[in-house]
Amino acid sequence: MLISMNWISDFVNLDGIDLNALIQKFSLSTAEVENEIFYKGKDLSGVVVAKIVSVENHPESKKLHLLKVDIGENDLVDVVCGAPNVRVGMKTAFAKLGAQIGEITIAPRALAGYTSHGMCCSEKELGLSDENSGIMEIFEDVALGTDIKEIYDIDDIVFEVDNKSLTNRPDLWGHYGIAREIAALAGRELKPLPKADLSVYNNLPKIDLKIEDPICQRYSCLQFENITRHVSPVNMRIRLFYCGMRAINFLADITNYIMLEMGQPMHAFDSRKVEKIRIKRFDKPFDFETLDGVKRHIDENTLMICNDNNPVAIAGIMGGLDSEIVEDTTSLTLESATFEASSIRKSSSRLAHRTDASQRYEKSLDPELTVSAIERFVKILSDWDNGVKITSSLTDEYSYKYDKVTLSFDKKFVDRYTGIEISNDTIVKTLKALGFGVSLENDSFTVEVPSWRATKDVTLKADIIEEITRIYGYDNFNVNTTVAPLYPVRAFVEKTTDEQIKDILVKAFGLHEVHSYIWAYTDECKKLGIEYESNIKLLNATNPNIETIRKSMVPNQLCQVKSNTSYASDFGIFEIGRVVNGLKENGMCDEQKKLCITLYSKTKNVVDLYYDLANMIASVVDDIKHRSLEYKAVTTELNYIHPKNYNEIILDGTSIGNIGIVHPTVSKKIDKKASVVFLEIDVNKLVGTENAGIHYVEAPKYPTIDVDVTFVTPKYAPIADAIKQVNSALIKKETVVDTYEDENGKSITVRLTFMHEDRTLTKDEVMEIVDKIIAILKAQGIEMKQ
Amino acid sequence: MNEQINELKNQLNNQLSQASSLQDIEAIRVAYLGKNGSITELLKKMGGLSPEEKKSFGQAVNVLKGYATQAITDKIEELNRIELEKELNALPEIDLSIPTHLTKGSYHPITLVQRHCENVFRTMGFNIEDYSEIVTDYECFEALNIPKFHPARDMQDTYYLENGQLLKSHTSAAQNAIYKKYKDQLINEGKPIRAIFPGRCFRNESTDACHENTFFQMEGVMVDKNISISNLIFFMKSMLSEVFQRDLKVRLRPGFFPFVEPGFELDISCAICGGEGCPSCKHSGWLELCPCGMIHPNVLIEGGIDPDEYTGFAFGLGLTRLAMMKYGVKDIRDLNSGNLTSLDQFTDDK
Repeated sequence: MLISMNWISDFVNLDGIDLNALIQKFSLSTAEVENEIFYKGKDLSGVVVAKIVSVENHPESKKLHLLKVDIGENDLVDVVCGAPNVRVGMKTAFAKLGAQIGEITIAPRALAGYTSHGMCCSEKELGLSDENSGIMEIFEDVALGTDIKEIYDIDDIVFEVDNKSLTNRPDLWGHYGIAREIAALAGRELKPLPKADLSVYNNLPKIDLKIEDPICQRYSCLQFENITRHVSPVNMRIRLFYCGMRAINFLADITNYIMLEMGQPMHAFDSRKVEKIRIKRFDKPFDFETLDGVKRHIDENTLMICNDNNPVAIAGIMGGLDSEIVEDTTSLTLESATFEASSIRKSSSRLAHRTDASQRYEKSLDPELTVSAIERFVKILSDWDNGVKITSSLTDEYSYKYDKVTLSFDKKFVDRYTGIEISNDTIVKTLKALGFGVSLENDSFTVEVPSWRATKDVTLKADIIEEITRIYGYDNFNVNTTVAPLYPVRAFVEKTTDEQIKDILVKAFGLHEVHSYIWAYTDECKKLGIEYESNIKLLNATNPNIETIRKSMVPNQLCQVKSNTSYASDFGIFEIGRVVNGLKENGMCDEQKKLCITLYSKTKNVVDLYYDLANMIASVVDDIKHRSLEYKAVTTELNYIHPKNYNEIILDGTSIGNIGIVHPTVSKKIDKKASVVFLEIDVNKLVGTENAGIHYVEAPKYPTIDVDVTFVTPKYAPIADAIKQVNSALIKKETVVDTYEDENGKSITVRLTFMHEDRTLTKDEVMEIVDKIIAILKAQGIEMKQ
Repeated sequence: MNEQINELKNQLNNQLSQASSLQDIEAIRVAYLGKNGSITELLKKMGGLSPEEKKSFGQAVNVLKGYATQAITDKIEELNRIELEKELNALPEIDLSIPTHLTKGSYHPITLVQRHCENVFRTMGFNIEDYSEIVTDYECFEALNIPKFHPARDMQDTYYLENGQLLKSHTSAAQNAIYKKYKDQLINEGKPIRAIFPGRCFRNESTDACHENTFFQMEGVMVDKNISISNLIFFMKSMLSEVFQRDLKVRLRPGFFPFVEPGFELDISCAICGGEGCPSCKHSGWLELCPCGMIHPNVLIEGGIDPDEYTGFAFGLGLTRLAMMKYGVKDIRDLNSGNLTSLDQFTDDK
């Protein structure tokens, strides 16, 4: 919203105040001001009132005229002018030689064989409006040669307040509200708004008005006729223009002027079209043409202003074309109303039509404004058009009154909240300046919130703190640390584990951490031939490709691997992120935090790569929990996973995730020759497992004996079982040293390391244990290889 | 006999000088000093000699034996020396000027920035929390004093799920749970609540170089008996100075957020121009950095904390924005791209 300092100074005496500093202060205390400040009229000088004394047609040009103008000096001035509206006797704005208009300095100028010694200007050329159809006509009775800046408020400082920072301040949507803040910040008095006394019309008939829907909080109206003025006074037009509005006609301009001044939107109807004002919603949707000529679809939730049953305006948004002021309108009905904010907001977003009015209504305007706005309207109207005749008494239905808000608090509360000392005097002065009613008794305050702040903005004691502190100025605060007892901060293990995992994978294994989106990359998956698991969806995704929430991170990671195949011949990526495994019994998403790793290699065979991956997760689990993992082969229906070698990863008896190989149909689409393996574990299941801790074992004091035995078996598990079964304290370690395959099938060579804690072992006692193991395996049909 | 000894000696010297390997020398040793070696044989021949001859011959042979042993040892040493020299010379000069290719892993830049911030807050006694990405309407809005149909819900275009839950649109969604988690310690043991919670947030907006629908924030709260606006300014200034590792100026402006009262927009002095005004700060000398404020009484009440007894402040830092500022990332979408060519630069940054 654009704010004119001239307008503000109608209500606050700003003499002797550094206005730039004041605007800065406003930005820090009230609402954000955009960086660029406009100094209107700064580049305009030497433009004076001139009278056209003679007009001759240019002999060779149809457009140009040769003028002599009187600028109150001894000699008339010769001017060449192209404006169509020149006529003898007309007073206009004339830029003398040496005058400054924007970047142009006026100098004698040859135009089609004649020299022009100055320029007659249009309002647009002077930056006063966008009127450019002819030169400006001056009606004011002033001496010729008077600088136009002496008759019009051309010099002004205009700044823009960020609308977003006014969301919660309905009172700041007009200059008067801004002036109240400025007055408080400058420590000056706020002058009252000049208004007309409408009680003199009380004996006139009332308008037929009925609010039939509670969305309308207050509706005030007044009828009048005999408006003779059509064009608004120049200063009014300049203000509207400076504040970003076009002048239309006197009547429309006053309604806009009051909206910009008080924040209250108003609308004028042709009285013939609103004989019985009814405010209501309709049961059935219909089309309605607004005054901008657009047909809009009105549904049963949209509040309408009606003439009995005939809609004439969309409440709070825009008037209808049919009830607009037209040529032969003689009597007008002025509306000044308040509607429930959320209803207007919803209607305006349904209609996709936000207007200056709806923008204000959706902030919860103060219903107390409606009548003052009419009083102000009548004042301005009659100031500038004394023929106006009021033909009704003020008609006002006030169906929803906000509760009066009174807040009590004491000085201690303010001290505690601010942490600094602000005196009682300052508190009282500040609140009074902002229009609050304040009474103080023994450090206890009772504050009455003014109506314009009581619609939603100020309801609590804490809200009062903001009023006091922002005017006090946050830059003026003494800043202090807190005083509190000291306690150790215990690490939150769910969080620290993530960081441990990342460190191991990055530092020990050279993996790259990536992020992927929480939704499944359905399009990219399709390209890789991955059938995506159905899962819960977003209701309002703008793009179906981001609609389904991921159930696993693996498919997304495969898509990321695909896009990185030119990065290196071997690489690995990982992410710790969230997936949703459908819904829980209570209907909530079963969100799980997972670690997903994918390895890609063009140099290693898939078996080695798979072992690499298993080694990584074993290392993570060993570092974090000092435990080892077990695996259990499982089947899967997911089409991107190789049906063989898909395993559950088991930690302390619980499955924490899966490890597998990417199905060749998918991996070939990633790269014809590459191997791709993946794993995904539930991080919180890892976190939840008890840490086995480090159990110190002394270095051997006596020599160890290694015995290598080879068994013909496809799997190691039975050997491990047999060793466990023998349960000998002398076996310190078992290591698989070789696996190979020949005509007898697969063989595994295991090295058993023996040691006695207190003496040197003999070969016999060692072989006795080995024989036991061999016997156990033999009983299962597993032969030892000689 | 002496000629025999001399001959053997010459022969030995001759052979040793021709020997070029340890095997040659071993053969020589066996040939002379072995069980049946020439020198050993000489001793065997002493049987037919007179005791005197025996003595002098024996001495001469022993001298020869001693000589041979020494000569062989010397030759071995010489060969070892030559061998070592060869080995030393065999190593080529290594050219370190050839550019090396590091095959290191990398962290996501968000991880690096997040860790840096977490460390700052850890030093000031803050707990670091973890929180879910999918939350309820209550957590994201109602508990934060944003009732249904409040305009603030329009301000954030939220992703809603089929079951009525939503993707959290701000990390403030974790506030309620944090208050409930720590309120008993606050009330019963007098331990102030100090917590930060970094997390991923989602907003339903179209993406471009400056806008993402998925980004990271870090929320922070502090609640105790007498937390004041003065404390808030102190903490924000100190913490942000640590985060940016320079002495910052901060300023507060009123800002409207339903879950704080008073609410602020916090600006920091522009690092690029030092507050003089430059294109980065739109010539204002200030950068709008983070919203903050005193926790709204209704928000404390929802968290089970009596606002008449306790006050607190809350703030939200844009981690994604910080990462972009710190590393000069120009396109926000790079961060979720998984593109290793750019992401592998973030090897570590402690």
